[in-house]
Amino acid sequence: MTEPLLKVQNLRVELTTRNGTAPVIDDVSFELHAGENLSFVGESGCGKSMTALAIMGLLPEGIGRITAGSIMFDGQELTELSQERLRRIRGNDISMIFQEPMTSLNPVYTIGEQIVEVLLAHQSISRADAWAEAATLLDAVRIPKARERLKDYPFQLSGGQRQRVMIAIALACKPKVLIADEPTTALDVTVQAQIFDLLRDLRQETGTSIILITHDMGAVAEMAERMIVMYAGRIAEIGAVDDIIGTPRHPYTKGLISCVPHVLAHVTDEKQPLTEVPGIVPSLREFGKDQCLFASRCQHRTQQCLTARPQSVNFDGAQSADCWHAGTL
Amino acid sequence: MNFLRVTITRMAYAALLLVAVLILNFTLMHLAPGDVADTIAQSAGGIDAEALEQIRREYGLDQPFIVQLGGYIGRVLQFDLGYSFFYSRPVTDLILDRLPATLLLVIAAQILALTVGVVFGVISARKPNGIFSHFVTLASLVGYSAPVFWTGLLMLVMFSLILPWFPVAGMRDVTIENGNIFIHTVDVARHLVLPMVTLASIFVALYSRLSRASMIEVLGSDYVRTAKAKGLKSNQVVYKHALKNAISPVITLAGLQLSAIVSGAVLVETVFSWPGLGTLAFQSIIARDTPTILGILFFSSLVVIVGNQVTDLVLRLVDPRVGSKK
Repeated sequence: MTEPLLKVQNLRVELTTRNGTAPVIDDVSFELHAGENLSFVGESGCGKSMTALAIMGLLPEGIGRITAGSIMFDGQELTELSQERLRRIRGNDISMIFQEPMTSLNPVYTIGEQIVEVLLAHQSISRADAWAEAATLLDAVRIPKARERLKDYPFQLSGGQRQRVMIAIALACKPKVLIADEPTTALDVTVQAQIFDLLRDLRQETGTSIILITHDMGAVAEMAERMIVMYAGRIAEIGAVDDIIGTPRHPYTKGLISCVPHVLAHVTDEKQPLTEVPGIVPSLREFGKDQCLFASRCQHRTQQCLTARPQSVNFDGAQSADCWHAGTL
Repeated sequence: MNFLRVTITRMAYAALLLVAVLILNFTLMHLAPGDVADTIAQSAGGIDAEALEQIRREYGLDQPFIVQLGGYIGRVLQFDLGYSFFYSRPVTDLILDRLPATLLLVIAAQILALTVGVVFGVISARKPNGIFSHFVTLASLVGYSAPVFWTGLLMLVMFSLILPWFPVAGMRDVTIENGNIFIHTVDVARHLVLPMVTLASIFVALYSRLSRASMIEVLGSDYVRTAKAKGLKSNQVVYKHALKNAISPVITLAGLQLSAIVSGAVLVETVFSWPGLGTLAFQSIIARDTPTILGILFFSSLVVIVGNQVTDLVLRLVDPRVGSKK
């Protein structure tokens, strides 16, 4: 197999809180190959976005920092690069789109200016050419009358259009990796489907690898080849999407999958009660303890779960789950 | 066009507001005990009741209030602000003589306060817990708490007496007679420094506190994160993306504070004998020179109203969302 494009090894990120430091990312390792789509799923507060920000070098200043592990990208160790070198990679080789299209664009500049800016930051290109390129990009994300819309301000666009502009900005420099952090959470359902379609098509055209962070199991099944289930800053389960959805090995993954509501053939059919994973994600104080952090919500809990952190159990193919009972469930 | 219609509506409102100010000013002055006849009587060292009545008749002070008010507004609308009993000159001439000095002081102080305030605010917002940030917080507190006339006196002691860098009072050096325009400009600028810094001191405090808070908020916003994720240089993120958003509340405040600056100018002008509207106001209040006081009130309202319109205009330029229907 070829060398992965992005290789994260034993990454640990600590967040300074009022009650001391907490490892919001605890010993996370994964690989991303060229052209691949890797999805992160898990509840809010599980460290999905933090992983993305750590790769981007955008952890909240003075609060979050990488304390151990490595992030190898294209032969470079990102955790050791200077701010200036990282800046050249951001928006150029690795770019990111965010959860909140409504507030992620600067309200006082035209969207054209905001697209042009990223081109000028990373490419030696004239301003006029950059504007022409911006129109092409806007056209590629399927905004009609692209050339005219460039002069619009963000408040003149809908949420879905703004997310398309964010995608245009992210793809402007033809990045090798695109990190999409819950790109559709703030949008309504039909627009969500359009944005996922767009991402899938653009990936086919450009060959960009995508890291998709989402709550949406349906989107994962449709978009990604491999997936990572995160829980409380740790990887619960990792593997091919088909394997994990077909035979989930971690009780948390099982819980998440059973939460997906099923569409009934007829509205008059008897509705199954919607299942949920009982309880909530533990507080940051619990993070990093030498035990299974999911134990408090798990019906298969044994004494072992409370006294030692589970080790990865490998299954056929590349699926592995961090659970003491993964083999027997 | 929408913009034109808004401007015209605003000007109509401003005119109405100005008339209301006229009525209010006149009524207030009328309610205050004592009038110019009393002052004349006083300066003449006592006068009998009949002569007093005669003076009142001469100046129309014996007329009913409503007639006096109507006459006053009618004259103001013809740009006649009346005749100063004390200075024996038309009030309009008197004010137009003094207005440039005050405008120079107020505008210079406002620009200085905004520049220094915003620069302080931005630098301290980039490191909210740094030493400089704490220094700005402390300096703002002192600057805002200190009475402006006291600051002025301290400045005089420090920079005119102990260190004789700047002149003590006035706006021009009377010993310079045949200087060219350059020499005169330098002369006025040297006289301007202390009053300008004194007047600006309060407002530096206000603006730096506000821009610091506003900047800290904007630096934590989603679009600043986007700007960083684009790989822009840190100065571009701060000055292009954050500052243009953070500056709006500061501009709004600066517009609102214009009236405070104009009234602060009265005190500063008095301390530094700056030949502006402030000293004129002070002297005419002492002299109970009603027409002059009313004229000054009228002009300061005019300055504030015009200033607010300009503020609105600037806000529109900075933020495309202002005044947008969509």
